[in-house]
Amino acid sequence: MKNVEEIGTTEQGELIINVGPQHPSTHGVLHLVITLDGETIRNVEPHLGYIHRSIEKMCESLSYRQFIYVTSRMDYLSSHINNHGCAMCVEKGLQIEVPPRAKVIRVLMDELTRLASHQLWWGALAMDVGALTPFFHAFREREMINSIMEETCGARLTMNYMVPGGVMIDLHPNFQPGVKEFITHFKSKIDEYDELVTDNVIFQNRMKGVGTLSKEDAISYGCTGPTARGSGVRCDVRKLFPYEVYAGLRFDEIIETGGDCFARYMVRMKEMRQSLSIIEQLIDNIPEGDFQAKTKAVLKLPKGEFYTKIETARGEFGVYIISEGGMTPYRIKFRSPGFSNLSALNHMARGYKIGDLVAIMGSLDLVIPDIDR
Amino acid sequence: MLSLEGITDSIHNWLNHALNPTLAMLSEFVMVGLCVITLFAMLGLVLIMMERKVSAYMQVRIGPNRVGPGGMFQTLADTLKLVVKEGLTPDGADHFLFNLAPFVVLSASMLALAPVAFAKGFQVWDLPIGILYVSAISSVSVIGILMAGWASNNKYSLLGAMRSGAQIVSYELSAGLSVLTIVILTGSLRISDIIQAQQDGWWIFKGHIPAIIAFVIFLIAVTAETNRAPFDMAEAESELTAGFHTEYSGMKFALFFLAEYVNIFIVCAIGAALFFGGWMPFHIGHWESFNHIMDFIPSSIWFTGKTFALIFVIMWFRWTFPRLRIDQLLNLEWKYLLPISMANLLLTTFVAIKGWYF
Amino acid sequence: MADEEMNAKGEGLKVKIGEWLPLAQWEEGPEWTTLLVEPASWPEAAKLLRFTPGLDFDFLFCLTCIDWKTHFTMVYHFRSTLHGHELVVKSKLDHNQPAIETVSRIWRTAEFHEREAYDLFGVNFLHHPDLRRLFLTDEWVGYPLRKDYEDPVNMIKL
Repeated sequence: MKNVEEIGTTEQGELIINVGPQHPSTHGVLHLVITLDGETIRNVEPHLGYIHRSIEKMCESLSYRQFIYVTSRMDYLSSHINNHGCAMCVEKGLQIEVPPRAKVIRVLMDELTRLASHQLWWGALAMDVGALTPFFHAFREREMINSIMEETCGARLTMNYMVPGGVMIDLHPNFQPGVKEFITHFKSKIDEYDELVTDNVIFQNRMKGVGTLSKEDAISYGCTGPTARGSGVRCDVRKLFPYEVYAGLRFDEIIETGGDCFARYMVRMKEMRQSLSIIEQLIDNIPEGDFQAKTKAVLKLPKGEFYTKIETARGEFGVYIISEGGMTPYRIKFRSPGFSNLSALNHMARGYKIGDLVAIMGSLDLVIPDIDR
Repeated sequence: MLSLEGITDSIHNWLNHALNPTLAMLSEFVMVGLCVITLFAMLGLVLIMMERKVSAYMQVRIGPNRVGPGGMFQTLADTLKLVVKEGLTPDGADHFLFNLAPFVVLSASMLALAPVAFAKGFQVWDLPIGILYVSAISSVSVIGILMAGWASNNKYSLLGAMRSGAQIVSYELSAGLSVLTIVILTGSLRISDIIQAQQDGWWIFKGHIPAIIAFVIFLIAVTAETNRAPFDMAEAESELTAGFHTEYSGMKFALFFLAEYVNIFIVCAIGAALFFGGWMPFHIGHWESFNHIMDFIPSSIWFTGKTFALIFVIMWFRWTFPRLRIDQLLNLEWKYLLPISMANLLLTTFVAIKGWYF
Repeated sequence: MADEEMNAKGEGLKVKIGEWLPLAQWEEGPEWTTLLVEPASWPEAAKLLRFTPGLDFDFLFCLTCIDWKTHFTMVYHFRSTLHGHELVVKSKLDHNQPAIETVSRIWRTAEFHEREAYDLFGVNFLHHPDLRRLFLTDEWVGYPLRKDYEDPVNMIKL
């Protein structure tokens, strides 16, 4: 039998606490070992690997068509975008020209995924700071997106809709009316989101000035996505290295300079509105034609290295394929946004309270399988 | 008209008539004890059901709807499950204190129930210092919480208990001060006197500005004292998993749960008595006929209605607001609520001396 | 970005880096401008890349290792948030005792990425502040992403 004094304290009498791998606010199997001085955090050490499946090794024995499906299981909240990045990388290697219709469908799906992911994040963040109700409201809207996805892709979470050369099947006839209905519905609801959470004084007090990450640190820690944009770093792949039809779309890259949780929060809230505007621009302008380019049954990438990057809901997702000319990749590296964003957690959380740690983690929007791979 | 006062009086008379005074008193003790325990169980069932339904409506869902008509027996089924569950005691825990803690918390809320006036003349113990007694007893529960947190040998529990201690001790001050405003206006600590003083209008109307300020502070402070969101620092499931009762399971957990809901009921009943006249019907000054019509509604209905309206407000808080951080929570108390309550107390005294209330 | 533009940028980079590293070697072919460095000269080259005005590669967005059976190749992907240009740095490591200087003091994101490479490839990053296994358990034997790694229990061969 051990007493509280005997276990889990440092020499300075600081308390060491395991947060996770089963903890309500780590949203998955993240394990943090935090050192506490009273309520103040002195150190946060992430222990990873509880959902490490060595996807990179698995991909080495999967064909170029197969490996795309595994990537849905990494960042399951932006599985479309992961698939998209991988498909783009294979297309780059084979120099496949994607038909315009497929390009537009891909962008539409990406933006719907981004919306769904941000909705879930919004609900989960509110839950982390203690408000349970927003979670259900977010899920109500996310459900509509999931239904739209289900109709077209046949799945709700891991869609596996993107294939090298385009998309797997054509859009469902209900897709356009469904998306339009969703847009009108969500436009009124997102204002409700702001009323319920953004404008709440308690919420703002919890978020403002908490978990500050300077621009230099954000760059040094390799942060991308809303995490870095909240610190004023320009890093939106859609703007910096436009792919598919993003170059011809009107949308803003959201930059906030606060660097705190509230800035990251505002980036995502504004991004949702931008995504809505992108979908609105495209939904009536889906070109007719093929949804998939003609490709060989067995894909063989030429010898060489191929790297593509894509903007997921969490940041820059990179696919690095090294091919020896065979049917399977020689080595694949996935640069996942969550992994780099997490590395900044210790720097951000030190000196704040336990309640702030939860808010900071929420504002980073961590998806653990994306970190562990 | 069926009056609870009549029933209690007739039982009292009949017992004194049939038995000698000592035995009569003893049998009254037993009956009251049984009533309180039944009330406890009923309150637990009703309030948990209410909480689940209220939260369900706020969260665009239906809530429990399977067991019984409209899911009414869901809490009963849950209770049954908790009763048959094994009550684990962790290996490293201090067994005695660990098992004692839920009973301390529960006894505290049970004792605090004594001076609550449920209807006209229907009160367990109308002691002359009723309000003081309630605020004194309600702070005993913090000992139980600290005990639970310490004895669990779990760092989450310990942190939760420490937070709870700091929080309850702080908010006790503003709760007490806001109660004092009404005591000043009434001139008595006895609950029945306070209710009687509201015969020609409730204090929230008669006491105007100071009473309204006191009511708002009271509501915030009791929400904090009962460890309810947005002040649920002691539990804070997203930070401390379940705070001080992390290690509790089965019936011991259920006792904490029950105590929490009974505490809500008590503070709302006290709030209703102080600001809304308890069982006193809605009277306006000397509008005799209007007051007389209001008297036709039984006093127990008035009491339940007011109390549950207040409980609803507290539930509404919980399902709307995010949680405060511990330092913000203490800042709110020491930097804002306490000075405001003190100023309000002065204002009330002034108003009371000058007789500027209705 | 158009290919010509990319090439022009790449050539410009080569000239600039050439001024500082006269012995710089370049790999031909791939889409990126690729600089080859020896592990021994990597610490200095890294500092140059990061702090030379006009280069300013402040953003290390990908760090990985490749097992070529005869040797390892460390691959670093850099971008400059100031100028927008990108660079790949490769370094050949010995297969028996792969070791290279850490860059986690220059780019702090490298701390985690290097731990990952150590965990899965067994590359020893010299002077790393906290070189431990990241994903796998501490008592794990072997380095899974190496080509010669065999695990009859956990590995499924397709």
